[in-house]
Amino acid sequence: MEDTTDNTSHRELRHAQQRFSGLEAGHRACQGCGEALAARLVTEAAGPDVIYANATGCLEVFTTAWPESSWRVPWLHSLFENAPAVAAGMEAALKSRGKSTRVISMGGDGSTFDIGFQSLSGMLERGHNVLHVCFDNEAYMNTGIQRSSSTPHAASTTTSPSGKMRMGKRHLKKDIVSIVAAHHIPYAATSSVAYPSDIRKKVRRALAIDGPTFLHIHTPCPLGWGHDGALSIEVARLAVQTGLFPVIELERGRLAGSMPIRTVRPVTDYLKLQGRFRHLFADEARAREELEHLQALADHNIEVYDLRGMQPDSRDSEGADTVRRGGLRWA
Amino acid sequence: MQYALEGSQALARTVALCRPQVIAAYPITPQTHIVENLSKLIADGALECELVSVESEFSAASVVLGAVAAGARAYTASSSQGILLMSEVLYNIAGLRLPLVMTCANRAVSAPLSIWNDQQDSMAVRDAGWIQLYCATNQEAVDTTIQAYQIAEQTELPVMVCVDGFTLTHTLEVLDIPDQEQVDRFLPPFNFERGLDPSNPISIGTLVSPDYFTEARYDHHRALNNAQQAIVATAAAWGTVCGRHQDALLGVDGPQEARFGILTLGSIAGTLLDAREQYQGSPATRLLTLRAFRPFPADAIREACGGLTDLVVLERALSPGSGGIVGNEVRAALSEMHDAPRVHNFTVGLGGRDVPLDIYPRIHEAVRAGSGIPFDILDLEPHKLPAAG
Repeated sequence: MEDTTDNTSHRELRHAQQRFSGLEAGHRACQGCGEALAARLVTEAAGPDVIYANATGCLEVFTTAWPESSWRVPWLHSLFENAPAVAAGMEAALKSRGKSTRVISMGGDGSTFDIGFQSLSGMLERGHNVLHVCFDNEAYMNTGIQRSSSTPHAASTTTSPSGKMRMGKRHLKKDIVSIVAAHHIPYAATSSVAYPSDIRKKVRRALAIDGPTFLHIHTPCPLGWGHDGALSIEVARLAVQTGLFPVIELERGRLAGSMPIRTVRPVTDYLKLQGRFRHLFADEARAREELEHLQALADHNIEVYDLRGMQPDSRDSEGADTVRRGGLRWA
Repeated sequence: MQYALEGSQALARTVALCRPQVIAAYPITPQTHIVENLSKLIADGALECELVSVESEFSAASVVLGAVAAGARAYTASSSQGILLMSEVLYNIAGLRLPLVMTCANRAVSAPLSIWNDQQDSMAVRDAGWIQLYCATNQEAVDTTIQAYQIAEQTELPVMVCVDGFTLTHTLEVLDIPDQEQVDRFLPPFNFERGLDPSNPISIGTLVSPDYFTEARYDHHRALNNAQQAIVATAAAWGTVCGRHQDALLGVDGPQEARFGILTLGSIAGTLLDAREQYQGSPATRLLTLRAFRPFPADAIREACGGLTDLVVLERALSPGSGGIVGNEVRAALSEMHDAPRVHNFTVGLGGRDVPLDIYPRIHEAVRAGSGIPFDILDLEPHKLPAAG
């Protein structure tokens, strides 16, 4: 480790850094964890003048094994179901104290879609100046891969296993961004960890808005999804390129932008990389039926959000087929 | 200054004098008037404060948790189902050692549904790690609320001020409300050293392994026990400011030579004081009013019981399958006492059943007839019971 004990304080160093990161390396996330990467990207884009309220979940557990912490930002974890309410209290406190510090609440899909949904709805409805970020890995991963209302249809989890009588989860993934947008908040968006510059752009956009904002980031979980940890980004990108996870922006409830897909991929390209969908590739009529079902869901998303882009374009810098690699930290 | 005020109105004015920066609450009877009055003070510009009208008690407690962590003085109030709904957050606030003050307008817990007073709600969260102070009168509720902020901010422990629903919250009486200067001199602006601050980022609420968990819990236990000193010192200090005597851990009233004592908490104490005047034929009785239930002042109780042969613990809550809650704790505390009095434990006034003055002679009769009553419900009406199955 470099010696930093000379005349420069840590605080000065932190502010002098060209790239600020609120989440340090050395935490205990699994290899290929999409959530860890997305959380780091969020803190990089948000900068140092932010207070975070973190719901219970993997992110809280793998970053703060007492007496260690990976956070270089003021951070508080209270409970599973109250991060948006805690954030609302922080915002009210900062307002009463005349501070301009921003507040971000974060949680997984369990806390955002399910157990903390009420406190999220309350925070949005009351118009708090808070950004809620949902890291969506589509199941209760912290407790060992149980289905949530975000788990995709037909995915196998420990509480929606596939078997002789079942083809994984019987229900649809909850359309959280539409529900959030129905609060008519200024800005709600989805993004994917496969598109770092898209995450950065949307975090900065959300934080520039006065009022409640929402960012839903799709983050693969190699352990829960059953894919190689080295393929997390590839898997996340395929979710977008198939149309299964539409990347969109909604302003005051109305569609304001979407990431175009220039070459739409079949859903099987995405599904076949993951153990949670393995049962869909059995030579059975019911498996073929579920594959058709999932393809229909992707087609529906592409149509509803008008995701089909023009032909491949080498100058494209925004599309789902274009990934920026390296450099451009502050793109 | 003297005002004729409803208990809730007086509490709202008192909270405002403490200059909270964030208030969050969800309406529930009989807490509603407190928050309504505070909302009006804010609307009229008499109190500058962020009022967050949340969608549940769970969020009310969570909002004030976040507010204190971000460095603001905060307040909430609830009752009954609301206390139970926020109970997970109450444990969390205490474990995070966040100095917060809340009022519990005591009410029964469903089922059966009852909006009326008993103390089952605050008793249900007695192990949450909060300081719990029970008020016998509305004047005490006013004085205790001001003290609660000082105690909380000195000890970094949250304080629940327990006020009997309706009996106190909805009763109009003449009360002394202190001046703003008096409160300002007593209560300096809130400065939370462990607060969340971007220029000095800390992590609060981390995952603690078995290596440290026991120590964290013990540290909390020790802090609560040590808080007895802060409660005593704060009562004395506020007494000097307001010119009224303040009971700290326990109020003791009655002749030193009395052999009979009654210990209670909350507004029943006032009923017993009046009854003792009226039923002068009853044996001399020492009245003990427990103000601090957490921390539990075992030493003070033993000291107050010196010379007694019989002590009745009269309480407004029930642990089904066990009996009285306070009674069991008092019995345990006295078990270490030389020449301890016999302890008789009664529950009365559940779900708003009136506790009339004649409860006093009935207590004396019941104790005279029996020899050490482990537990009984004194105002039970057996003819209303269903046939035993």
